Amino acid sequence: MTDQPFFRIDWIVDNADVLAQAVGEHIVLTLIAMVGGIAVAIPVTLLIHRRRRLIGPVLGFTGILYAIPSLALFALLIPITGLGLATAEIALISYTLLILIRNGLAGLDGVEPDIVEAATGMGHTGRQRLWRVELPLATPVIMAGVRVATVTTIGLVAVTALIGQGGLGFVIITLGIRRQFTTAILVGVALSVLLAIIADRGLVLVERALTPWARHGEGG
Amino acid sequence: MELIGEVAAWLTDPANWMGRDGIPARVSEHVFLSGFSLLVGLAIALPIGLAIGHSRRWTGAVIAITNVGRAVPSIGILGIAFTLTLPLVAALDLRNIGTPATVIALIALAIPPIVINAYIGIRDVDPDVVEAARGMGMSGRQVLRRVELPLALPVILAGVRTASVQVIATATLGAILSTGGLGRYIVDGFAQQDEPQMVSGAILVMLLALLSEGLFALAQRRAISPGIRTDRGSITGPVNEPAPGLGL
Repeated sequence: MTDQPFFRIDWIVDNADVLAQAVGEHIVLTLIAMVGGIAVAIPVTLLIHRRRRLIGPVLGFTGILYAIPSLALFALLIPITGLGLATAEIALISYTLLILIRNGLAGLDGVEPDIVEAATGMGHTGRQRLWRVELPLATPVIMAGVRVATVTTIGLVAVTALIGQGGLGFVIITLGIRRQFTTAILVGVALSVLLAIIADRGLVLVERALTPWARHGEGG
Repeated sequence: MELIGEVAAWLTDPANWMGRDGIPARVSEHVFLSGFSLLVGLAIALPIGLAIGHSRRWTGAVIAITNVGRAVPSIGILGIAFTLTLPLVAALDLRNIGTPATVIALIALAIPPIVINAYIGIRDVDPDVVEAARGMGMSGRQVLRRVELPLALPVILAGVRTASVQVIATATLGAILSTGGLGRYIVDGFAQQDEPQMVSGAILVMLLALLSEGLFALAQRRAISPGIRTDRGSITGPVNEPAPGLGL
């Protein structure tokens, strides 16, 4: 090891463009995973909300997906989907499903049966009831799941650098670990945590906008 | 898919079951790394979580740390631990340069889920039950040991289970620091473009992770006091707890 200083501010300044690009890639990788995850989770959640028999198998399966280590999931997918974005996103999406579906179901199940009945009594069809009554009331629990899934995904995206995706994992692994360069690792980790905090705060604002009737009494 | 046949051949090749990089050796490395780190993490995290849950102090700080912990990439923890332990590795002239870093990272990752679940488990014990125990003349310590701890046990175990998923996964990643364990088959197979080895490693890691999941699920079920046991299975519930106040 050379006796370079532990933390080099000058490296950050010199590589601002590399870091900015990595942050951009990290955001895109996260967004694709979250949009994909939500797109899968919505129909599945609605299905198991009605067909209760499927709850056990679905939560069991997504629980198994969640427990598979990312490196192993990549290795299993590479022979099928190759070494690229598809493999990375399939893995990331499969990790969001357990949290999203479990919270979605808990949110819908948490709606008072009396309220559902009242909505039916007022002449709502099943679809109207879902959109106007059940989903709005379930929003806080659903959004809690979206927040946890987003924060978790931002942390997981870093690993996809091992299969050639960019993002902050490139900074941490390729620029940091492989060169034994502490500054890059710390900067990559710090930016990743910062992204997660910003995303989490942003989603709190989204939740507030979606539930205007719940303005008071809940600290962020 | 001829790969399936090649993987089956790799897994059943007697040569892959012998020696320092044989399957039994790699499995035991993985189990030992994970188990040791989980135990140390448990020894550190459980008293902290119990104390916080019992006294209701420092709760904001703990939730904030746990949430930030969730956001920290495990590969980053591994990397930081790696560069921090390099001088130690050089001083002791260790052959396995990544092992100390891997163990430290695994312990660090095991702590937050156990702390938060111990805290939540104790906090959510029915206050009437705690009061009744106090009324019976139990001291604070007795209430914790005989009432709060048994009632919180399923939730605490859920935390250990989450920690164990994390630890087994990150022990796999330790292979990029050339630490032992099953991740080596994946990393080496990837580097040597040896797909059968890579996929076999992935299958073995997956089996180990699922085995640990199954054992913890079983333990969780059995830990629920028989009087309040229902057959609803998992007690994990929705994840709506730790999200508030990530930044603060």
